Amino acid sequence: MPDLLIELFSEEIPARMQARAADDLKKRVTDGLVEAGLTYAGAHGFSTPRRLTLALEGLLAESPTVREERKGPKVGAPDKAIEGFLRGAGVAREDLQERETPKGAVYFVTIEKPGRPAAEIIAEVLEDTIRNFPWPKSMRWGAGTLRWVRPLHSILCILSDEAGHSVVPLDIDGIKSGDVTEGHRFMGSGRFAVTGFEDYEVKLKRDHVVLNPQERAEHIWHDATNMAFAQGLDVVEDKGLLTEVAGLVEWPVVLMGDIAEDFLGLPPEVLQTSMKEHQKFFSVKNPKTGRIEKFITVANRETKDNGATILAGNQKVLFARLSDAKFFWENDLRVAEAGADAWLESLNNVTFHNKLGTQGDRIARFTALAQELAGVVAAEAEVIGEAARFAKADLSSEMVYEFPELQGLMGRYYAAAAGRGEEVAAAAEEHYSPLGPSDDVPTAPVSVAVALADKLDTLTGFWAIDEKPTGSKDPFALRRAALGVIRLVLENDLRLGLDAHFDRQLLRHEAHQGDDELLARALMQDLSVEIADHGVLGAVVRTVQDAIDGDLPKYIEEVRNRLPDTSRDLLGFFHDRLKVYLRDEGVRHDVIDACIAMPGNDDLNLLVKRARALEAFLRTEDGENLLQGFKRANNILTQAEEKDGVEYSFGADVKHAQDDSEKALFAALDVQEGAISSAIGSEDFAAAMGGMAALRAPIDAFFEAVQVNSDNEIVRRNRLNLLSRIRTICLGVADLTRVEG
Amino acid sequence: MAQTDSKPRSFQEIILRLQAYWAGKGCAVMQPYDMEVGAGTFHPATTLRSLGSKSWAAAYVQPSRRPTDGRYGENPNRLQHYYQYQVLIKPSPPDLQALYLGSLEAIGVDMEMHDIRFVEDDWESPTLGAWGLGWEVWCDGMEVSQFTYFQQVGGHDCHPVSGELTYGLERLAMYVLGVDHVMDMPFNDPEAPIALTYGDVFRQTEQEYSRWNFDVANTDVLLKQFEEAEAECGAILAQDHVDPKTGKRIVMAHPAYDQCIKASHLFNLLDARGVISVTERQAYIGRVRTLAKQCADAFVQTEAGGYAA
Repeated sequence: MPDLLIELFSEEIPARMQARAADDLKKRVTDGLVEAGLTYAGAHGFSTPRRLTLALEGLLAESPTVREERKGPKVGAPDKAIEGFLRGAGVAREDLQERETPKGAVYFVTIEKPGRPAAEIIAEVLEDTIRNFPWPKSMRWGAGTLRWVRPLHSILCILSDEAGHSVVPLDIDGIKSGDVTEGHRFMGSGRFAVTGFEDYEVKLKRDHVVLNPQERAEHIWHDATNMAFAQGLDVVEDKGLLTEVAGLVEWPVVLMGDIAEDFLGLPPEVLQTSMKEHQKFFSVKNPKTGRIEKFITVANRETKDNGATILAGNQKVLFARLSDAKFFWENDLRVAEAGADAWLESLNNVTFHNKLGTQGDRIARFTALAQELAGVVAAEAEVIGEAARFAKADLSSEMVYEFPELQGLMGRYYAAAAGRGEEVAAAAEEHYSPLGPSDDVPTAPVSVAVALADKLDTLTGFWAIDEKPTGSKDPFALRRAALGVIRLVLENDLRLGLDAHFDRQLLRHEAHQGDDELLARALMQDLSVEIADHGVLGAVVRTVQDAIDGDLPKYIEEVRNRLPDTSRDLLGFFHDRLKVYLRDEGVRHDVIDACIAMPGNDDLNLLVKRARALEAFLRTEDGENLLQGFKRANNILTQAEEKDGVEYSFGADVKHAQDDSEKALFAALDVQEGAISSAIGSEDFAAAMGGMAALRAPIDAFFEAVQVNSDNEIVRRNRLNLLSRIRTICLGVADLTRVEG
Repeated sequence: MAQTDSKPRSFQEIILRLQAYWAGKGCAVMQPYDMEVGAGTFHPATTLRSLGSKSWAAAYVQPSRRPTDGRYGENPNRLQHYYQYQVLIKPSPPDLQALYLGSLEAIGVDMEMHDIRFVEDDWESPTLGAWGLGWEVWCDGMEVSQFTYFQQVGGHDCHPVSGELTYGLERLAMYVLGVDHVMDMPFNDPEAPIALTYGDVFRQTEQEYSRWNFDVANTDVLLKQFEEAEAECGAILAQDHVDPKTGKRIVMAHPAYDQCIKASHLFNLLDARGVISVTERQAYIGRVRTLAKQCADAFVQTEAGGYAA
């Protein structure tokens, strides 16, 4: 069985596309071959900056012959029908066979599709693959129409077995396949022929190409860490950079160089970012000083001077880059040390979103919200205000303009330079967190307040202008923002009702967009204060309405009608995110639903405490049985209520109890009813669940011994009212009707 | 002139060697365009000639201005006025990478000692409505050229595709000559009777223009000029293709394109003066792009643009 070797040789393929392209080549070619009946034993894809390679072992030499039987018209059918069938099947009349079937004699024919040689199939599949290759971006070149990621120069495509090798003939827009390739652009010896994969890999290495990207990456990391270790230093790990660098070289040569003394005073993050983004350098840290003192660069060739010229050149480039960084840093420090007012001023001219105003508007809005959270996080409103106002200042700095990924971090340095307190500096950095599910959540109260306010303002803002995430589209990362709020609240054990904050922040957005701004602002102010005192919006508007002589402006009416829906919708979004979050923790979605149905569901901590307690309870035997008991009680009750057209909710009296189990249930309910409701009142859900657990045995015993639907109507009604007590107690803990099972 | 196998000794020698090299490879060595542009790409020998089906090969130096990059002549390698060397060949020849590497050797870069790399860098000019795929070429980690296969210019698909090479001359020369500050670089032969450095030629102008660009340029006048250029461009293109005086078909793509270049540079000046907000920025770029597209539409209606009556 032959082996197949394909190499597509081109001008430099972007590093970030290489791995995916090698996989796509493998998948598309093997899929095509298998579909045509050519199976194989093994497949390996490789990439270097100039080539995609696929090696297949143990390919069938030809596709198997396939026989197919087709049923035709009945014997004696009109000639036309028979001729049509013959044409369709591509056979002659003498190939027809008559066969008896339950429906009479019918013509059959056996069509044989002979196998095809592998080369023929490979040529077709490879051409199709090349013409339809899924590059993220492709191009044309010269006067041709073929598309590839960069100009494609040659195609190597050979089949080889013990007897030797042969070229699979192929011609794509003038590029003819062959058995020839070339090695390193500068260290190679020109074009050479190969006989199979082993020969190919060996000759490439001879001509200074390491075919396997994994091998290149390992080589780089090995040499880099060794070189650093020899001087008592550590290479800062960066897997993404390692993969990228391995995709930029065919023959990696690792070199380590110094960072000039002038720049060691720059923040380490600035050094690291500048070196990585611009130069693809690894940072090398001195564990004793904690400073980044050297860099590692990876060249694509060996030289007579062992890389001295290359290293000197790289060092010079780095010097220029870091001179720029230092220039930004020093300019920024001057602005920061003067109080950073110039930055804050300029944010008033920077648009955040055309419907949500400038960065300045946004800062004002979330500063107000952050200060309202002072009590929640237990920090001083004044400090929170200062931190919130400063949080985005670094967006105007030159360093962040140059390196957007340093936002926040530079804010911390600049806050310190501006003489702001540690809390303000920490908030400047931390208020973006958490960015992802594994990112740390800030714990400093001021940082937490600003982080929450920033995210809540973003969410309410985009909800106000109806730019919600849909399907896979979430351009403003609103899901991430909501998850951020959830984690900030839960991990810091914060207690707050989101509804009131949503409403107030939505009002702030409305005030911003209002037609009659001054009036709108004044009214919003009033409304906002009322919300603070009374909770949510609905009732509050009425209070304000009473306070104002005459009718509300139409605009306010409209806001009043629309805003609660927006707010509710946003809370629903939070609940959805919360379900995803808790599902990862192993809490079932129906358990969360049962808790969301309870009052106070905008207090995420309360909601989650309840859900966790319920989840734990339902995992116990008591919990599982109590749930069954509740469901049984609820079913009987619901059916009876439907049948009788009344609600059984009051008046169960122990004096009508007949059975001991019935009396025992009365007694148990008397004890636990109070215990559970006071546990709920003090939010001790574990104790509430304990109370529920204590009800399980009496409920089970009751159902065991007693027939609810007694012939005695008084006894029956009394029992239904007793079931109603069970229902009320259980529903006071969570909406168990929503729990499955 | 020195031998090509020796190291060049001055800025101008590098330019002369590039001119000789590309002339030897069959390019028409053209002269700079006589207008203020932000990059060599704006020269009609690139922007317009990359359009249409006719073959083309040109090389030239183009003085380029980027007002926001002014540093009063103090930054070692940032200038508001600098030179680009530009090569455009249509259709792009299959050995363009090798030709390019040959040009580096011609200016004294020893391939045996340096690390030359082609690093992904897709080029896009929002003002020209143009994009292409290619690389920035690194020499020992230093970006020495842009290498682009034009895919679209002025909203038109490029057929055939042009290969474009752009060398940042100062940076490249500093590297080859081993100079750390651009102002210290020998402009002419350092042993000439009157040896001049780059600083002798340009330090003062960098200061003058930095001050004017950042703080003095009259923004009202610039705005007005922008609008005039925009209007004139439209007015030129609105003319009938047939000239009533000569009775000949004369589509005025180049005069209209001059106005587009003007508008683009005026926008850069306004940007440097800091009077264009983020949102307005996009709008201005869009206005220039509209002009560029209209000029491209007009050019393909000309003989040089492949129009056949």
